[in-house]
Amino acid sequence: MSRFPIGHVLGFLFSLLLTFAAAGIALKTSLSFKTIMWIIGGLAVVQAGLQLTMFMHVNEGEDRHSQWINILYGVFLAVIIVAGSIWVMSFGGTHSH
Amino acid sequence: MGIKWDEFFITGDPLILGSQIAIVLTMLGIVAGLTYLKRWKWLWREWLTTVDHKRIGIMYIISAVLMFFRGGMDGLLMKAQTSRPEMEFLTAQHYNEIFTTHGVIMILFMAMPFLIGLMNVVIPLQIGARDVAFPQLNALSFWLFFSGAMLFNVSFVIGGSPDAGWTSYFPLAGKEFSPGIGNNYYAVALQIAGIGTLLSGINFVVTILKMRTKGMTLMRMPMFSWTTLVTSIIIVAAFPIFTVALGLMTFDRLYGTHFFTLSGGGLDMLWANLFWLWGHPEVYIVALPAFGIFSEVIATFSRKSLFGYKSMVVSIVGIALLSMLVWVHHFYTMGAGAAVNSVFSITTMLIAVPTGVKMFNWLFTMRHGRIRTTTAMLWALAFVPCFVIGGVTGVMLAMGAADYQYHNTLFLVAHFHYVLIPGVVFAVFAGLYYWWPKMFGFLLNERLGKWHFWLFVIGFNVTFMPMFFLGLKGAVRRSYTFSVESGFSNLFLVSALGSVILAAGFAVFCYNIYWSLRHADRNITGDPWHARTLEWATASPVQPYNFAKLPVVDKLDAFWHMKKSDSPELTLQQTEIEEIHMPNNSGLPFVMGIIFGIAGFLLVFEWHLAAAVAAIGIFACLIVRSFDYNDGYHIHKAEVEQTEQAWRLREGEVNRYVG
Repeated sequence: MSRFPIGHVLGFLFSLLLTFAAAGIALKTSLSFKTIMWIIGGLAVVQAGLQLTMFMHVNEGEDRHSQWINILYGVFLAVIIVAGSIWVMSFGGTHSH
Repeated sequence: MGIKWDEFFITGDPLILGSQIAIVLTMLGIVAGLTYLKRWKWLWREWLTTVDHKRIGIMYIISAVLMFFRGGMDGLLMKAQTSRPEMEFLTAQHYNEIFTTHGVIMILFMAMPFLIGLMNVVIPLQIGARDVAFPQLNALSFWLFFSGAMLFNVSFVIGGSPDAGWTSYFPLAGKEFSPGIGNNYYAVALQIAGIGTLLSGINFVVTILKMRTKGMTLMRMPMFSWTTLVTSIIIVAAFPIFTVALGLMTFDRLYGTHFFTLSGGGLDMLWANLFWLWGHPEVYIVALPAFGIFSEVIATFSRKSLFGYKSMVVSIVGIALLSMLVWVHHFYTMGAGAAVNSVFSITTMLIAVPTGVKMFNWLFTMRHGRIRTTTAMLWALAFVPCFVIGGVTGVMLAMGAADYQYHNTLFLVAHFHYVLIPGVVFAVFAGLYYWWPKMFGFLLNERLGKWHFWLFVIGFNVTFMPMFFLGLKGAVRRSYTFSVESGFSNLFLVSALGSVILAAGFAVFCYNIYWSLRHADRNITGDPWHARTLEWATASPVQPYNFAKLPVVDKLDAFWHMKKSDSPELTLQQTEIEEIHMPNNSGLPFVMGIIFGIAGFLLVFEWHLAAAVAAIGIFACLIVRSFDYNDGYHIHKAEVEQTEQAWRLREGEVNRYVG
């Protein structure tokens, strides 16, 4: 590809921005621990999505639909297994071990 | 270490002594027989090192039939023990070991390999491919399964069998309450076999997605290929959970960690949670391919295209998603509360919807069809009412509140036998009668097949129907005896008699294999059933390369329409013959299976250093494989031509040869 890789540069800049935002929130604010975890966790998910589309060719090629299906299925499984286990083993949130 | 060396070999029980003698004699017999017939090289070249999917499939099926025998003997021993009140045939400990091994063997070493065996034989043929995507990996899958199965089976003569149930719930399965090594066998043997299953899952996903013949889109795939694809995806999704759970169990038992123990902050019910996160999808891993088999058999013997193909596909995918969402219904009585139990009650009942859709599709496929009641079709016909009983009692059990009554009773045991025997065992028998000529080039005897069918189905119902009523009366599962006062005697006796009929059915099946091997007509065509799918568009038994020219498909039930339109796809012209590339045989998977078995055995006995040394052998094999540049060989035109002429020029053959 001879064109200027504008997508990659934008992706790189956005990744930097999101990383510094996460670091800033963790180090420079006085929010509660729980809030910080939720915010930087959210930023991490956004950045993962960004990198998938900008760098990891997820929207390219004849397999792009199946790649998204795979990712969504993986997320579905992870949520079911992890969140489901926590929910069940804490007896629906009523019981703390 | 808690190992008593004077108890290395289990002694003192006449039943086990008899088994030990029988095992030694059988092994001597096999060695002597192979030496006498000079078959050692043949065994090594043709079978132990093969990477041919059809032979691997046949080895899976042979192992599964052997394991069926073993698991069936366990079942008969249990039925004998509970045939009369206060019976003193087995001790409580022996009974615990037997119901544990019965469960593990029937699910993991009978149902799974039987189905994976049929998949191996059929899937590449059905999608018009020459082999699976990774033939050598496929052989490794088989040898790891075999190694795990043998390791598990050796437990009852060396060291003692696991005795905490096939679910091996903690805290009972932990070191605190089961200090012997029996439960180490469970943790290690299932781990080894599980790796093999996971590899199979990956192999079939890739094979079906990447190796379909020209024109075979996903929506033109035969239903068995669809169910195998979805099953393989569930395997890839669910088996890692079991791998992790077994790993944690191994650490708890061998290295003193506290994941599931009562002491040290462990969470015993987390084992149940992880076990069923795998265990429930596992039910669909065995049920879905079975549904695929019934779909093929019913369509073929009704001489109609499968009714509601698209709704069938949607149902399978729906079942796959729902299968991950219902695991808590196995332990409602943990008492997780109304919210959790209600959610899982609803998801569980939802599964009945796609299953019902499939059931009606099969019925409508038969409607207005010209049904031929071959043995394979009989199994499919009997499946419908029997499985519906299993399904409806499943909906009863799905209600969390009601489950507090049914839980841990024989009602539950009857329910899952009504699901798994019609849903899986009937299916593998149907599949075996149906695809047997494809594997071996002759039919199983239909007359004996019908004896097998009727004895088995009647025996099955007589064995398990009384258990529903026993369970409702309060008979608990896994109890080795009961009192006269309980009033259970008559129903237990009926159930025991039923199991004898069941066993007689299995005996007829074994005799049928023997009889057909000796006497069946070898002069059959590639398509003895007038079937619909591509596996019948080639020779019986199938030549090593499957297809001389890969068939081109333009619709569902491609082979049927080729026959109807007398398509040129059925003929082979001399000019179309090409050299065919084939993978080489390899001894590596077999060797790895043995090393895994040895390392596993040493780990079971907690000889950590020796196990680690053996494990080096596994890595050595991986390294050898990494430097393996052998990329196969070619079958020459002349040989292909000769092979093709031999079967295509036979009388009555729909696939023709044009010189």
